[in-house]
Amino acid sequence: MAKLTIDDVEIEVPDGITVLQACELAGVEVPRFCYHERLSVAGNCRMCLVEVAPGPPKPAASCALPVGEGMTVKTNSPMVKKAREGVMEFLLINHPLDCPICDQGGECDLQDQAMAYGAGNSRYDENKRAVRDKDLGPLVKTQMTRCIHCTRCIRFATEVAGVEELGATGRGETMEVGTYVEKALTSELSANIIDLCPVGALTSKPYAFVARPWELTRTETVDVLDAVGSNIRVDARGSEVLRVLPVLNEDINEEWISDKTRYACDGLKRQRLDTPYVRRNGTLEAASWDEAFAAIADNVKNKDGSKIAAIAGDLVDCESVMALTDLMEGLGSPHTDCRQDGAQLDATVRSSYIFNSTIAGIEEADACLLIGTNPRIEASLINARIRKRWLRGGFSVGVVGQDTDLTYPHDYLGAGPQTLNELAEGSHAFCKILTKAKRPMVIVGQGAIAREDGAKVLSAVRKIAESCGLISDGWNGFNVLHTAAGRVGALDIGFVPGPDGKDVAGILDGAESGDIETVFLLGADEIDTRRLEKSFVIYQGHHGDVGAHCADVILPGAAYTEKNATYVNTEGRVQRAWRAVFPPGEAREDWTIIRALSDTLNKTLRYDDLAGVRRRMALQNAVFEIIGDLRPSDWDKFGELGVAEGESFTSPVSNFYMTDTISRASETMAACTKALAEAVEEKTGTNG
Amino acid sequence: MTAQDQQPDTFVFDETYGAEARKIIARYPEGRQASAVMPLLDLAQRQHGGWLPTAAMNHVADMLDMPTIRVYEVASFYTMYNLEPVGENFVQVCTTTPCALRGCATILDACREELGIDVGETTSDNKFTLQEAECLGACVNAPMMQIGDDYYEDLDAKSTKVVLKALRNGETPEPGPQSDRKGSEPAGGLTTLNNGAAGAGG
Repeated sequence: MAKLTIDDVEIEVPDGITVLQACELAGVEVPRFCYHERLSVAGNCRMCLVEVAPGPPKPAASCALPVGEGMTVKTNSPMVKKAREGVMEFLLINHPLDCPICDQGGECDLQDQAMAYGAGNSRYDENKRAVRDKDLGPLVKTQMTRCIHCTRCIRFATEVAGVEELGATGRGETMEVGTYVEKALTSELSANIIDLCPVGALTSKPYAFVARPWELTRTETVDVLDAVGSNIRVDARGSEVLRVLPVLNEDINEEWISDKTRYACDGLKRQRLDTPYVRRNGTLEAASWDEAFAAIADNVKNKDGSKIAAIAGDLVDCESVMALTDLMEGLGSPHTDCRQDGAQLDATVRSSYIFNSTIAGIEEADACLLIGTNPRIEASLINARIRKRWLRGGFSVGVVGQDTDLTYPHDYLGAGPQTLNELAEGSHAFCKILTKAKRPMVIVGQGAIAREDGAKVLSAVRKIAESCGLISDGWNGFNVLHTAAGRVGALDIGFVPGPDGKDVAGILDGAESGDIETVFLLGADEIDTRRLEKSFVIYQGHHGDVGAHCADVILPGAAYTEKNATYVNTEGRVQRAWRAVFPPGEAREDWTIIRALSDTLNKTLRYDDLAGVRRRMALQNAVFEIIGDLRPSDWDKFGELGVAEGESFTSPVSNFYMTDTISRASETMAACTKALAEAVEEKTGTNG
Repeated sequence: MTAQDQQPDTFVFDETYGAEARKIIARYPEGRQASAVMPLLDLAQRQHGGWLPTAAMNHVADMLDMPTIRVYEVASFYTMYNLEPVGENFVQVCTTTPCALRGCATILDACREELGIDVGETTSDNKFTLQEAECLGACVNAPMMQIGDDYYEDLDAKSTKVVLKALRNGETPEPGPQSDRKGSEPAGGLTTLNNGAAGAGG
């Protein structure tokens, strides 16, 4: 600990931190542009100047100055004020005075700090510098004349995102930030540089000239476009979600979000189901809720429960799954499943289907084995954590599956089950690395378990976990990486086949053979709906995707920004989503639809408010009692003994930008998909 | 910034330059090859007629296992790498203070007159490119200019034109002072050690 005096207040701070950090601990605000706590120190904007004694009699950049015992720091002396005003004057020399037409206006660091340190008029009457704008792809809009060369974007791309594509070319007055050779950024986290940019040089392209920050209603909620459960802020005006921004959560997303999380929100405005539909004479016609419910009642009444089945999709919230579970039980159907992709997960052992090490726990690990997963596109922020851990050194990563660029180097061990079996038997060289490591971890992706021999794969991984010391006191290195935000929650509720129940494959087979006559799809679009042609399909969801197209009755539900709901992320962390806007038209919150339907079917559910459903959820599984925090899960036996011998593992995600009904409806995500395809084409040279 | 139509699609070191490049890379320990970026860019520029096309920078990045942007940063930072095509004779006239005091303006004017181009331009026969340069470290023989690798010093308008004419005719004028002094000797003849006596040790 070092003792120092900041603005006449004595404070004790940890050794090795910087003066700027010490000032923050003391509650003194120091203006800055280039310094960012999650990036390396650059020390080039000079805005954080303070007066420090002992030392040379000139202001010092506090962001790059380590604290020393007995230091006296002044942040409000005349010298400091004059120095900062000088820096501000220099920054403004080449910064255009275009705040009225700048999208950063109202949330601009330069604007705010100019209020405190800027002069009322300019002494500069030379020509200002102008810089050609860069094309960084469909997400990031540039206005490079506004750039103040803080280099935050360069450091983010290089350090956090792990794609060295941005740089500063030229020097002095001709220095420019950009890619030099025009190209779109190839990172899944690229749009975070918009948040990092302290001025309006990098702004959001899809959000350009849409709204001013003070017009927006802000709602802090969670993301569902992957299974990470990133904390987000939804900014809306009226009934429209205009943008999504990250919210700090050290345990999950830190302060980043993926480009899909940020930009798929325009998909919430397109292809929406805003009224119930009933199929009459082969065509879907808009109907009233009563008519839709009556059509369902006609079909379901007096039908044996064994002829009814339900599949829950990837974006479903826990409340609606709970209600559907109870409804199906009321109807006497054991055919329920939430594993659309056929993942061979065992809902009875919680530690077998969650990310036990936790996302923050990755930073404590010292060896990592990835099996059948490409975390870069399946869960970009988890990949960023792995990279963050790798940057610190002493961390080896092994990959079984596809060999791709993960933004950090890794040992490629093999493509499929054969390598996995070698690892399970302990004959593979990587076992030694795992055994030697203090906190080894393994991450299994859906690509390894959503297949016929998935249960055998799981048991092989369990064997690796147990024999290589992944499970110890206070550490569980076994992790399943999900791609669906609704999956863990549905498994926690137990939305899996009951006794003699059929799983998704069985339901689809039954629908073809006629054993299953009625199928309830709760937001399930990622199945082969052509196999449901013979059966009566009820689709409840928010987008007119493949599920809705094959339906006989459509019940319009709410998307994640439109309901107060519960989601469980891949770690098993229970989080609440909050309503930012109302669902469009006749659409309703999902669990209330099922509750109303249960009434029509004379199987009335025993709860009629949100608190009631949540009490029911907590009764079903105690994990729902704790919100936001984690409780370790007991280790138990799971999987199916045997030797996995299927084909190589492939990631379930082939296109990062389009994985669900919302992102498939998004024009921005379509533009990204196109840009990515073009970039790949250029790389492989197929364009001649 | 770069002349797109003159950018070659590919670039590879030829045998001589490639051998030299490998020799330079070998000077650095394993994993630190990026240190060789500046000499390699220089070699590439020499091979490619005095300027660095993007393909050459990509080739160097590839050889050194560096991200291309890091090479672009280096190449665009240092003024001695030309990112646009230059003429056979790259004429850089120093215009920093000592040369300015010694009349570099007349040297620059002489160049303009002789070559018929302004600063930053290339002659139509592609023989000369004229540039202003910051201090090239030969202040004692100011004013001076650098052409290719050679320094021409102690210039005046006349000797400048003589040098340029010779180059145009394909000759190689003698580098160094264009006055009658040798190296950096005093301009008006020796002021010391001029009595013929042998110095210490002599």
